[in-house]
Amino acid sequence: MSKLSIDRVSKVFAKKQGEVVVALDDISLEIEDSEFVCFVGPSGCGKTTLLRIIAGLETATSGEVSLMGAPIRGPDPKRGMVFQEYSLFPWRTVKNNITFGLEMRGMPKADQDSAAETYLAMVGLEQFREAYPYELSGGMRQRVAIARALANEPEVLLMDEPFGALDAQTRNAMQRELLEIWEKTQKTILFVTHSVDEAVFLADRIVILSPRPGRICDTIRVDLPRPRERTGPEFANVRRYVLGLMDSCRLPSKI
Amino acid sequence: MRHRTRVQGKGRDNRLMDATRTHLLRNRLLPVVSIAAVAIVWQLVAQFIVQNKNLLPSVTDVLGAFLVLLESGRLASDFSTSLTHFGIGVGAALLLGIPLGMAMGWFRDMDTAANPIIEILRPVPPLAWIPFAIIWFGLTPVAAGFIVFVGAFFPVLVNTYAGFKGVPRLFVEAARVLGCTSPGRLIRHVALPAAMPSIATGIRIGMGVGWMCLVAAEFFVGGRYGLGKQLWVSYSLQQMSNVVVYMLLLGILGLAMDVVFRWYVDGKLLKWRTGEVA
Repeated sequence: MSKLSIDRVSKVFAKKQGEVVVALDDISLEIEDSEFVCFVGPSGCGKTTLLRIIAGLETATSGEVSLMGAPIRGPDPKRGMVFQEYSLFPWRTVKNNITFGLEMRGMPKADQDSAAETYLAMVGLEQFREAYPYELSGGMRQRVAIARALANEPEVLLMDEPFGALDAQTRNAMQRELLEIWEKTQKTILFVTHSVDEAVFLADRIVILSPRPGRICDTIRVDLPRPRERTGPEFANVRRYVLGLMDSCRLPSKI
Repeated sequence: MRHRTRVQGKGRDNRLMDATRTHLLRNRLLPVVSIAAVAIVWQLVAQFIVQNKNLLPSVTDVLGAFLVLLESGRLASDFSTSLTHFGIGVGAALLLGIPLGMAMGWFRDMDTAANPIIEILRPVPPLAWIPFAIIWFGLTPVAAGFIVFVGAFFPVLVNTYAGFKGVPRLFVEAARVLGCTSPGRLIRHVALPAAMPSIATGIRIGMGVGWMCLVAAEFFVGGRYGLGKQLWVSYSLQQMSNVVVYMLLLGILGLAMDVVFRWYVDGKLLKWRTGEVA
């Protein structure tokens, strides 16, 4: 049995005057344990909606997502999420942001503290444990957000363009760090991005979505060994191939 | 060469320090100068142009009256009585305004049900409640407190409501994904802290309006003591110097409460907002 199973999921948004928008159309996908899957596609292809359905923040109009056989009915700490926007609670210090989920679970204070230290160390922010989010740079905030999600020890980590607002250099550094964390924790990661470069650098498998209605146009396995060399010829080949697929996905004939 | 650089550096340091010093001096000195200037002009106008204590008591008249009142020892009772009225009113406004504002801001049905009532009652001036305050509570501190309450309640309510309406959806979703799912916990752990800046603003405005209502409330319903009451009594005895003393005391006390409140809120409660543009 696969870890996460997306079974014929569709999502229709009702607009005013009876108009409807089909955001996702008949999406099916099986995701293995510890797999790193990237979803790419142009804006409006429903990739964020799909992630939100898996998180339990939206409900599918039809179809079902199940985690280890159990259908998803609503948000649950088993599925951690890192948002595109800075979602840290500004009134909590870095450490208290990380322990938020543990507090909700009613974990004893001492255990919370030691968990916080573990994940602070993992993202390299030990000196900032008592800092407030406004004191952090964008990259640091997203690192805390990752630590906060991981502290809950989720089965799956959902990431919705988490590095989209960062500058190119920070973004590359964050991608490397994320891979290190992934190798260390062996989490299953579902990562939404519109950057092909990012997807090729990170993913075991890239799922290409076509826009309006959002459908899976193609999936490709990336077998390049890690760490991947962004400027290498193999990298460029995969990148070109994915870009070509994305272009053909846009054509009506393919849809 | 090295020596010269150091001398130059020192010179720049000194100039910098001088600049900060004059800046500080200016910031401290200017308010004192402006207050002194107003006092002098006031004194001159009262003493040489108006020449009538009842129309415009001079600074020295007011100071003299203040010293007499201070010696009589009744100011303490006036203070504590006024603060009692104020405390009853503001306390009740917080106790009712914050929970109601939270409920209306969070639950749509509460909002729809309560909003029309609030919108009709809100424009009614607090002083229009004086007749009912007297009928319901008699000539008691509670009646005066009730008027303060009416003044303070709506700013507290409306700002709490706005704060809860404005809780970013992102924070709520982030919390839900982390396992904070029931409405009670979301309110306690997300909405309340997120809305705190707005609630604090509401309390501050409410305290200001409540303080203004205090004088009028004491005119009509106060007992023997109270700053507002004494202002009124002094007027009826044509002791206009005393009227000015009570006016100034009301101003200074109101300012002091606002300063303390802001110090507490900005320094403790909302420390996390430092550096954010409000």
